Amino acid sequence: MMRWLAALLLLAIAAPMAAQDTMPPAPYAYTQLEDPAQEEQARELMHTLRCLKCQSQSIADSDAPMAGDMRHQVRTRIAAGESSDEIREWLISRYGDYVSYEPQISSTTWPLFVLPVILLLLAGTVLLRRMGRKS
Amino acid sequence: MKRLRYTLWFVVGLAAALFGLFAYQLSQPKDEFVHSAMVGQPMPAFDLPPAVESRPGLSSADLADGTPRLLNIFASWCIPCAAEAPQLEALERAGANIVAVAIRDRPEDVNRFLAIYGNPFTRIGSDDISEVQLSIGSSGVPETFVIDGNGVITYQHIGDIREEHVPILLEELRKAGS
Repeated sequence: MMRWLAALLLLAIAAPMAAQDTMPPAPYAYTQLEDPAQEEQARELMHTLRCLKCQSQSIADSDAPMAGDMRHQVRTRIAAGESSDEIREWLISRYGDYVSYEPQISSTTWPLFVLPVILLLLAGTVLLRRMGRKS
Repeated sequence: MKRLRYTLWFVVGLAAALFGLFAYQLSQPKDEFVHSAMVGQPMPAFDLPPAVESRPGLSSADLADGTPRLLNIFASWCIPCAAEAPQLEALERAGANIVAVAIRDRPEDVNRFLAIYGNPFTRIGSDDISEVQLSIGSSGVPETFVIDGNGVITYQHIGDIREEHVPILLEELRKAGS
């Protein structure tokens, strides 16, 4: 009995093997920029960039080390005077549109924006014609 | 009346085509990988310090010296990286020049990893904040890139290298050399 208890206790305190590094996070992963305006700009951008390790979170929401490294990139680049759009473009040129949560009209996404307009117009004309027929 | 009937059939056809499209897309396997948009692009400039004493560090200039290379992105804390070690060894034996970037790693951990799983690398750069990894569009470890002699990225392999990938990588390396 005691042996089982001891084994259970060992199991409880055993640290799960981490498939992650033990390195400290990048300097600006969790540290805010000193200039509040720049930090605000960085934060806004970070909420619209996808974490690549944990694909349904933004890098602002994720604690994955890679998301921390991406936040470091965003903060240091903004501190160096780059605009949010330049940083987003830099990441898109590495990972494709996938990395950005901001909807963009491109050669593959334009039907998403055009179709609702067409459907609305179609519904409008049908409705108008029916109403016109009734009266 | 006849016109209405045609219109209705047209709508039915449209709906059927739409469902056909859904069925086709749903039957396609999902691609979980985030592919790098840097394939075909020159390697961005970087200069990494050595990850261990036994091998020099890695810079973008080292990758544009005329020799096509494999660039392995790995880490000692990454389990699939250990799994692909025999395949990297096979690639090295087949004549591939392999350089590496160790992501978020400590020298003592890299040394231990290389002592256990072998060291097929001619250079190992240390990237503590995933800077180079982000700049080449790699989203995890392990990943292996083929870099031609001019320093242009020509191929990306995502995930651990299995036996069946060895000939593919050798072929890509050969293509990068010509």
